[in-house]
Amino acid sequence: MNTAVLPRWVVALAVVGGLFVVLPLVAMALRVDWPRFVPLVTSDSAQAALLLSLRTSLTATALCVLVGVPMALVLARTSFRGQRLVRSLVLLPLVLPPVVGGIALLYTFGRRGLLGSSLDALGVDIAFSTTAVVMSQAFVALPFLVLSLEGALRSVGTRYEAVGATLGAGRWTVLRRITLPLVLPALVSGAVLSFARALGEFGATLTFAGSLQGTTRTLPLEVYLQRETDPDAAVALSLVLVVVAVAVVGVAHRVRPLGSGTPAPPRVQNRAR
Amino acid sequence: MGLTFAASLADRGFDVSFELAAGETLAVLGPNGAGKSTLLNLVAGLLAPTAGRAHLDGAVLFDAGAGRRVLTEPRHRGVALLAQEALLFPHLTALENVAFGPRSRGDHRAAARTSALRWLERVGAEDLARRRPAQLSGGQAQRVAIARALAADPALLLLDEPLAALDVAVAPAVRALLRDVLAGRSAIIVTHDPLDAFLLADRVLILDGGRIVESGATAEVLTRPVTAFGARLAGLNLLPGRATAAGFTADNGLVAPSAEVFPTGRRLALTVRPGSVSVSRTTTAPAGVSGLEVEIDDVEHRGDVVRVHGAGLAADVTPATVVALGIAPGTRLFVGFRREDASIYPL
Repeated sequence: MNTAVLPRWVVALAVVGGLFVVLPLVAMALRVDWPRFVPLVTSDSAQAALLLSLRTSLTATALCVLVGVPMALVLARTSFRGQRLVRSLVLLPLVLPPVVGGIALLYTFGRRGLLGSSLDALGVDIAFSTTAVVMSQAFVALPFLVLSLEGALRSVGTRYEAVGATLGAGRWTVLRRITLPLVLPALVSGAVLSFARALGEFGATLTFAGSLQGTTRTLPLEVYLQRETDPDAAVALSLVLVVVAVAVVGVAHRVRPLGSGTPAPPRVQNRAR
Repeated sequence: MGLTFAASLADRGFDVSFELAAGETLAVLGPNGAGKSTLLNLVAGLLAPTAGRAHLDGAVLFDAGAGRRVLTEPRHRGVALLAQEALLFPHLTALENVAFGPRSRGDHRAAARTSALRWLERVGAEDLARRRPAQLSGGQAQRVAIARALAADPALLLLDEPLAALDVAVAPAVRALLRDVLAGRSAIIVTHDPLDAFLLADRVLILDGGRIVESGATAEVLTRPVTAFGARLAGLNLLPGRATAAGFTADNGLVAPSAEVFPTGRRLALTVRPGSVSVSRTTTAPAGVSGLEVEIDDVEHRGDVVRVHGAGLAADVTPATVVALGIAPGTRLFVGFRREDASIYPL
């Protein structure tokens, strides 16, 4: 490793920062009760939580893609009054405490919320249901997708789209055959990040959806609950979440932008095997 | 038929109108920022004019003014744009790139592939069909881009400095290809290279500051330029002046007799090739020579000759002359040319 280009204290602080991130994970891994690991992560409640988490996170990610792609396109390709304000508001969940998001959702879709009373009249009750879990997750995960896709759309630029239009392609053809393929890598990594954020959602879910086993108790909620009664189970389940997070980061880093002119680097062949 | 174009763009000080006959190729020349790309973008529909109207083969491209605002979308204009960079879609193969236009027009996949292959053959790039743009050299990519533009079957082809980004080694081959495919096709080519204008265009338009300063048949503009820019393109000295009793008196004081007689006071131009201009240490003009004593303000190397500038005149001299006369910026010298080497015409 060549560190000669930097002052030593910069490198030293970077090492401290790295340890600050990695050490807690190591500490947790050391506390895992390995002989009981498999029974702990396959108990009824754990399985229910894991399956619910996967199901809701995937649905929330699909929801993010469905509305996030149009949002990113509107933000990157159009200009209108108040666009900067709209962008800031859309990205707000990124910096908002999730529990505040949960309260906001509750007062929108809850039984006595802004839209909730009308929905209630239609016989639709969202709060404290699996739907509420998905909505909480989508609420906090959406900015990740919009942010990464909008950045990619801006850096790709509109030159290829202009060429497509002069070749006779309509707006939908340009979007489908040029714009979206060009930003596909960013769309994939944005979706993966959204999925990760949805999987880890805690505060908004607890506030808006509650903690009913099999219905709204996702894996992070299960971890928090088990910590009170069975710390070993909490640690084991935490490790599962860490493994998923590491996989997600790996995937997000692998995806390379198209059109950069340089060929993709050779793939590393199954290093683990 | 062909193109009629008149447009102004208030915030860029752009105001240009011209016509292009069907099958004619027009070269647009001019210094940087003259409005050449603005012109292409207006025709292609990537930019909207403040006012003006344009028709291509009878169809409206735009018609904007007081109370009117018709802007045909780029895809309905029948205008293809070929830029300095090939801008091939990076996620498609060369063949898919070329097939893009026919596909967008509604051709079936197989028909689009067939015509794409035919166009790739036409530009000599059929063996590149399966390659991705990242695997193509600059010249190969530009060939594919030419095929892609032509495959869209445009009524008008716009070329924005198509050779500028290419290696000097491959530019001649691509220029020859363009010469071949542009024959009999309506096209506008923006270029800074007079060679492109000579070889590719029937007519020339010179823009400066968003306006046309010179236009006409290529040969006409390049042999009898009326602007300094046109003269530089043509590689000529241009001395603006007036008709006087002595014939022609340039603004810098040079006097030359004129074979043709013009009314006194008429604005005239004198052009002479730098190769016909000589320098010497004399102070009076020899018989049959027009010239004047000037202070040299620049000396530049140009291959096997040295170009000496002074008082708006350039002279190409041998390095030996430079040494013998001790020419350097600031030297005072007699610069002149034989009268039969110059031509004088009205501005």
